[in-house]
Amino acid sequence: MTPVLAVRGASKRFGAVVGLDAVDLEAHAGEVLALLGDNGAGKSTLIKALSGALPLDRGVVEMDGRRVTLHSPADARDLGIETVYQDLALFDNLRPADNFYAGRELATPRRLPRSIRLLRRGEMAATTRTTLDRLQVRLDDDGVVGLLSGGQRQAVAVARAAAFASRVVILDEPTAALGLRESRRVLDLILRLRQEQKAVIVVSHAMDHVMEVADRALVLRRGRKVGELVPSTETYAQIVSLIVGGGA
Amino acid sequence: MAEMAKLASIAPQERRYRWLHAALLGLRAGPALILLLLVVVVTLTTPVFFTSRNIGNVFSQTAVIAILGLGQLLVIVTRGIDLSVGSTVALSGVVGAIVFLHVHSTVLVILAILGVGLAVGLCNGLVFVLGRVPHPFIVTLASLSIVRGLALWAANGTLIPGMPHAVDTLGGGSVHWLPYSFFVVVGLALLALVGTTYLVWGRWLYAVGGNPDAARRAGIPVGRVLVSVYVPSGLAAGVGGLLTAGLLDSGSPTAGDLSELDSIAAVIIGGAAFAGGRGNVGNALVGAFTIGVIRNALNLHNVNAFYQLMAIGVVVLLAVEGDVIRGYVETRVRLARAMREDE
Repeated sequence: MTPVLAVRGASKRFGAVVGLDAVDLEAHAGEVLALLGDNGAGKSTLIKALSGALPLDRGVVEMDGRRVTLHSPADARDLGIETVYQDLALFDNLRPADNFYAGRELATPRRLPRSIRLLRRGEMAATTRTTLDRLQVRLDDDGVVGLLSGGQRQAVAVARAAAFASRVVILDEPTAALGLRESRRVLDLILRLRQEQKAVIVVSHAMDHVMEVADRALVLRRGRKVGELVPSTETYAQIVSLIVGGGA
Repeated sequence: MAEMAKLASIAPQERRYRWLHAALLGLRAGPALILLLLVVVVTLTTPVFFTSRNIGNVFSQTAVIAILGLGQLLVIVTRGIDLSVGSTVALSGVVGAIVFLHVHSTVLVILAILGVGLAVGLCNGLVFVLGRVPHPFIVTLASLSIVRGLALWAANGTLIPGMPHAVDTLGGGSVHWLPYSFFVVVGLALLALVGTTYLVWGRWLYAVGGNPDAARRAGIPVGRVLVSVYVPSGLAAGVGGLLTAGLLDSGSPTAGDLSELDSIAAVIIGGAAFAGGRGNVGNALVGAFTIGVIRNALNLHNVNAFYQLMAIGVVVLLAVEGDVIRGYVETRVRLARAMREDE
């Protein structure tokens, strides 16, 4: 099966520091791939490269087996790759629908420059509601995002990515700032993305969450791929030792 | 009966949440309610206030503040500030008067006045964005000084009399008791309303004001958006200059003194967040008219102008404190929501 997204030989240096050293990664449709590693292992560098925010020194990115270039976040979005950053990149002063469509507003008429087109507000609100319903994200009201709880904010950010990612959703530490119950909701949301046949890449420190939702785990250490295995109770200890580098 | 039982069964937490929510709605409607209350109180204490003639006066006295406030609103929504608008009122009027001395063309005078506003705004925006200046406060503080200096220099420090008849009418004339300037305010307010709520550009203003980094990552042209707010703000100052020049039938190099502060006060009294991302056209007008009504009422009672300055300052402080309380209530609402979810 051809992976939706594949990276081969990804390398990146920051001066004398090796960020990534010939890392391979494959993400498949309907699968959750966990990206694991200690701080400084290269997880962030890798997902930044995949979301178009950071150019690689060397390495090839392929979608459906075809080579693609990711020079900017816009390139990645055009290819159907959406990233939920750890800071969520939400606009607290705007409602969910405006957050969804920020920078890609539905507006007419098309012959005018984009900035002076009329917003199609009803359509944006309706689509947003449909997406939130589909992903079973329940919000208290249609007020601004800044008034939502942490879990709801995370859910809005994930739903936004899901709404526009036709192929790949990348999640950076989606449960790091959340309580138990709120984490539960976000994990359910990740499973729903998998059901919708998206390729999901999750960066996380929370091992129990990884064990629960990931189909495959890729472990990085000091910029190199040190292992790739199926997370289960049997492999738990092995994964942990790969992460910390304790002589496995 | 069933209703009563239902009410009693609502957990204290839920009741608390509803209270907070109601308080938040109240705070949001605050500026308009305060203006309404103010008008009622002034009407009851000052019989002359609510006469058509005096209302016309209020409109006429408040028009320039309102127009500058509309421009200032766009700037403040994007986390900026435009201190140069008062000076621009002066320079545009002076340039218009000089043009009128040389060519007796109404159109050219008006174009010159508006052109000065546009040029100052464009310079502010370009210097701020292309010069990568950390905050527009610095840029517009500089242009406040430069533009005022230019106005004084060009006018040789004194009034330059004479304005085309049409400009005089626009600035000082009225239809029955409604001044023409009132219609200018309404027109510009509608324009600003459409721009901020119905156009993609408007959505970008709020996005940039709310989270500039996220706006950049979302592909919004942040630099161009920032330039695009200083231009209408300058242009609004040009319109203010036009009305002021018409009212004075001359170009005055000292016109618009301190009116940049009035315009900022109007926006803040209107409940906009100084930190950006929040504020709207209706409330900016409410803020401008709150200032206008206070001034007018104090005038009617022959209160010394020095006290008026102080009164406006106190109102600004109250408005900012209202914003602080609003932030506090919003935090409580968020917490109450998180707890509700855990029920």
